[in-house]
Amino acid sequence: MIISVASGKGGTGKTTVATNMASALGGGVRLLDCDVEEPNAHLFLHPEISRVEEVTTFIPKIDDDLCTGCKKCAEICRFRALTVVGGKVLVFPELCHSCGGCVEVCEEGAVGDGKRELGVVESGTAGDILFSHGKLRVGEAMSPPLIQKVRSVNINNGITIIDAPPGTSCPVIAAVKGADFVLMVTEPTPFGLHDLKLGVEAIKTLGIPCGLVINRSDIGDNGVREYAAEEDIPVLLEIPFDRKIAEAYSTGRLIIEVQPEWADKFRDLYNRIEKLASC
Amino acid sequence: MRELVVISGKGGTGKTCLTAAFASLAENTVLCDADVDAANLHLLMNPEIKKKTDFMGGSIAKIRNDDCTECGRCLELCKFEAISEEFVVDPISCEGCGVCVDLCPEQAIDFPVQKCGEWYISDTRYGPMVHARLGIAEENSGKLVSLVRQQARTVAEETGRDLILTDGPPGIGCPVIAAIGGATALVIVVEPTVSGLHDMERVADLAAHFKIPGLVCINKYDLNREMTREIEKVARKRNMNVVGRILFDSLFIEAMVEGKNILEYKENSEAAAGVRKVWDEIMHSPSMNLMGLKDFSAIIK
Repeated sequence: MIISVASGKGGTGKTTVATNMASALGGGVRLLDCDVEEPNAHLFLHPEISRVEEVTTFIPKIDDDLCTGCKKCAEICRFRALTVVGGKVLVFPELCHSCGGCVEVCEEGAVGDGKRELGVVESGTAGDILFSHGKLRVGEAMSPPLIQKVRSVNINNGITIIDAPPGTSCPVIAAVKGADFVLMVTEPTPFGLHDLKLGVEAIKTLGIPCGLVINRSDIGDNGVREYAAEEDIPVLLEIPFDRKIAEAYSTGRLIIEVQPEWADKFRDLYNRIEKLASC
Repeated sequence: MRELVVISGKGGTGKTCLTAAFASLAENTVLCDADVDAANLHLLMNPEIKKKTDFMGGSIAKIRNDDCTECGRCLELCKFEAISEEFVVDPISCEGCGVCVDLCPEQAIDFPVQKCGEWYISDTRYGPMVHARLGIAEENSGKLVSLVRQQARTVAEETGRDLILTDGPPGIGCPVIAAIGGATALVIVVEPTVSGLHDMERVADLAAHFKIPGLVCINKYDLNREMTREIEKVARKRNMNVVGRILFDSLFIEAMVEGKNILEYKENSEAAAGVRKVWDEIMHSPSMNLMGLKDFSAIIK
């Protein structure tokens, strides 16, 4: 069972929902923080990291002795990561998408394996939660391959909760694709609604069932609820705004630590998701 | 020409609400929404679209099944697992590298350019605005961000405006890199939480990498005063000017529901006064000098 927690708009409470649900479930649940640009789940779960894996991606490395300056590699590269100046190939590592076209077309075998660091995947445990997150190297533009790497760690048959990045473009798709269920977290405001619609459209392209958590449910207006009813998206949990929850969050504490009665609500949330995902 | 880019690292800290309020205080400005992935600024600006242009992004491979002999060469070549056993390309997985297109022995793969979104030049009550909408599940957001920023600059030059106010995207990846390069200064909007601080540090690292001056504004500061002080300390240590604190106030949400910024909605509120003060500090900071000269002494460390 893989649940991706996504949102469209940032700061709606994805991490809050993912970490509280994971903690409430316990018992070997796996949490993958795939918001590799700004991973935050560790600030609330305080995992003990036992494994750090550096993740790299292929970039071409030119052997000048073998290179004849024929320009075939530069011609096939759609990303302009290779250019030939004065018979010599120059590589722009940060433009490379690792498609391997240059390796294929080089007749001299002059294009070898180089690498560019994407970031790291750190894994460990937080109590009985199995934890992994990715940390994008600062300055690196491409997060999807790192997200895929985080997702590839130790897939087991248990429950996996993915904390996805905000937005609707390629990093979100990488964090959501192949999930059994997408839990959208929104706030009932015009911004929340606008981005929720975009998020739901993106999920639709993947054909994954989804449900909604409305965070800070007593602020704003009724637009989100009306939209959910129109689109037949089940509202699975509402979390009212509570200054105590907000203050606890600010210090890195979970809702279920300060208000233990929420543990049942998050377990119930999971149970409802399980039912929806199986039909 | 000066460009102020509002970013945050963490999403939902109040970038757009503040940018909209700044817009009503700024003079002679072009507005630019560089969060093309989940754009919101238009919800507070009610822009009247004057010009709409398709954004043509990358190309995507498309196999002509009539000409395909199912030799399997494309499957072998594709590093993105975008081609199925039935020789159909998944447009979401396709990276647009064109390797299969060039190397298909039958030349049976087309490579049509995709419309990846739209961008707009609009009029608002605070001046011209350049914004965009990236298609759902699309790539190339960095390219579209660069495009809207460049268009905003052109509009500013053509209409004799000397300030571009840009609402940036969250995160530190491709769209953020595209949003901050060459900016005069950044305003980093931070909320006083462990995640707010953590994410500010990451985005400050990025800004330091690109050698851009940074200003820090703490939003919802009264949620955790101790954390506010901690963030201000870290900001100063990293050579970022702290331009002020803004109160946590439900007025911001009420204003948003009405499609207004805080200054239009409750001009005399404490929150509005906080925003005005922050704007004043920003515009009087040495990094925002009238000439728009890069303030090397204010580069983030």
